[in-house]
Amino acid sequence: MSTTQTATELPVETYLGQLCRRAFGHRGLMFGIVVLGVVIFAAIFAPLLSAHDPYQQDLLARMKPPFWMEGSDLAHPLGTDFLGRDYLARLLYGARISLFIGIVAASISCVIGTTLGVAAGYFGGRVDLVVTFLVNVRLAMPVVLVSLAVVAILGGSLNMVVGVLGLLLWDRFAVVMRASVMQVRGLEYVNAAKSIGCSTLRIVLSEIMPNIVNNLIVVMTLEMAHAILLEAALSFLGLGVQPPTPSWGLMISEGKQMLLFEPWMIAIPGACLFALVLAINLLGDGLRDITAPENRG
Amino acid sequence: MLNFVVKRLILAALVTSAVLLISFSLLYLAGDPAASIAGESASAADIQKIRELYGFDRPMLVQFFDWLWHALQGDFGQSYFFKMPVADLIADRMTVTLTLGVSGMLFALVTAVPLGVIAALRPNSMIDRFALFLSVMGQALPSFWFGLMMVVLFAVRLNWLPASGSETWMHFVMPTIVLGYYAMPAIMRLTRAGMLEVLGADYIRTARAKGAGPARVVVKHALRNAVVPVVSLAAVQMGFMLGGSIVVETVFALHGAGFLAWESISRNDLPTVQALILIFSCFYIAFTFLSDLLNAWIDPRIRIG
Repeated sequence: MSTTQTATELPVETYLGQLCRRAFGHRGLMFGIVVLGVVIFAAIFAPLLSAHDPYQQDLLARMKPPFWMEGSDLAHPLGTDFLGRDYLARLLYGARISLFIGIVAASISCVIGTTLGVAAGYFGGRVDLVVTFLVNVRLAMPVVLVSLAVVAILGGSLNMVVGVLGLLLWDRFAVVMRASVMQVRGLEYVNAAKSIGCSTLRIVLSEIMPNIVNNLIVVMTLEMAHAILLEAALSFLGLGVQPPTPSWGLMISEGKQMLLFEPWMIAIPGACLFALVLAINLLGDGLRDITAPENRG
Repeated sequence: MLNFVVKRLILAALVTSAVLLISFSLLYLAGDPAASIAGESASAADIQKIRELYGFDRPMLVQFFDWLWHALQGDFGQSYFFKMPVADLIADRMTVTLTLGVSGMLFALVTAVPLGVIAALRPNSMIDRFALFLSVMGQALPSFWFGLMMVVLFAVRLNWLPASGSETWMHFVMPTIVLGYYAMPAIMRLTRAGMLEVLGADYIRTARAKGAGPARVVVKHALRNAVVPVVSLAAVQMGFMLGGSIVVETVFALHGAGFLAWESISRNDLPTVQALILIFSCFYIAFTFLSDLLNAWIDPRIRIG
């Protein structure tokens, strides 16, 4: 009796369960989640993970090497920089800056790009022409050059960099959202909502958005990674986040002076930057694969 | 086709006008450009003098059209720092940037296309995995850090290549690899995807059936068809790469237009910055235009849309 029952009840799997099963089988996604988790943990618990203040200078303990090199001091496991500041503490607090930049800049871009893209895709016609034109103009502007120039003119600070990047990185949101909305806007459930008299806002928010939010999340991860890389590049060029803020790009820039004798000073923050961006990209790729396996490229 | 070309030309012209407007208004982002040239210690009389000298006292619209008129003739004014015409300065530096751009693109194509083809011929093989690994790494690698690590290894440790400068071809080796690796992932993925699609087509089966050798089928029948979107992507990437050369040139102190951009931004030399933004944008617009034309020429369906 019991055997026949289990046979009929077996194949019911919820969508969420399906996603989890796919996620656990996806190596890239798992790697991304673990590394990103570690970075987020390090950023949140930075004061607990290092006893040092990232701004505290100690001119008597300058350029102490990290633990695997000779002459290291266990009080500073990753050594100290040219002002004697603890490198581990700076790295941990630097993770906060990178994550902040990534999340805030990508969110600003997301709002701008999604609004433009959804409007273009939903209304079509002239609205679409204008949005496509704006995207073309935005793509024609070299991002690094423009953001460098604007930050240099208006003065570099963390908030300025975030704002400028947020205002520049919306193009992919607009392109992807426009295409996604165009795919679903003619489907039955949208027409059904229209025929019972739903407002445009309601159709967009509660009928269209839930069906394209997967694509939005994927673009969000890509642009977070993009913003983090750009902030590091701007700070490296000396025109982004200003010292003494512990930005990873700035740490690489400061380590560049010591390139001949202390290459670990650029290797460590660069490796962190690389790992974080890699993790976010793998997370994005993985999410795309598990939510829409047919799009696997 | 003519209809399509005209439409695209109009779009390119409109985008260029918008870019002109934006790069002009950049000068006024700081508020008073005369005050920023004069510096913090200047007196009000000095600022007034500079304002008259550069014509900042005229109405904004007059200034814009004056600047536009001269810019269209290739005159971007005087560099505040170098005290010479911006156009000469940029023309002088652009050779280095274009050399770097072309060599970087060649490097990207020479590595990405064969890898993409082999990956598509043997999906899920070791080579396919390796190619995917390279492209995932390439998308996450901060180019300035990659450049510095190469300097540490090849210039400082092994002493094979010079760390900075732009005198000989040896100076271009590392910048080429760094800039080329930046463009590689997208090209490789597109080559692989294109080849996979084409290899499944009927005419490939026909070519194989009539006895064409494997090399002939892959190169002559498949790659020729798969490579078209790759070339047009490469054109767009080229525009991006020129804009991205600012980081690479700064890392290697390669005296090109990108390095000039960094110098000028640090020195508040706004006419040079303005002209460089404009020129890099125009390169991008031109390359995108070429890529659109190429696509439309190969695929008639695009011409109608």
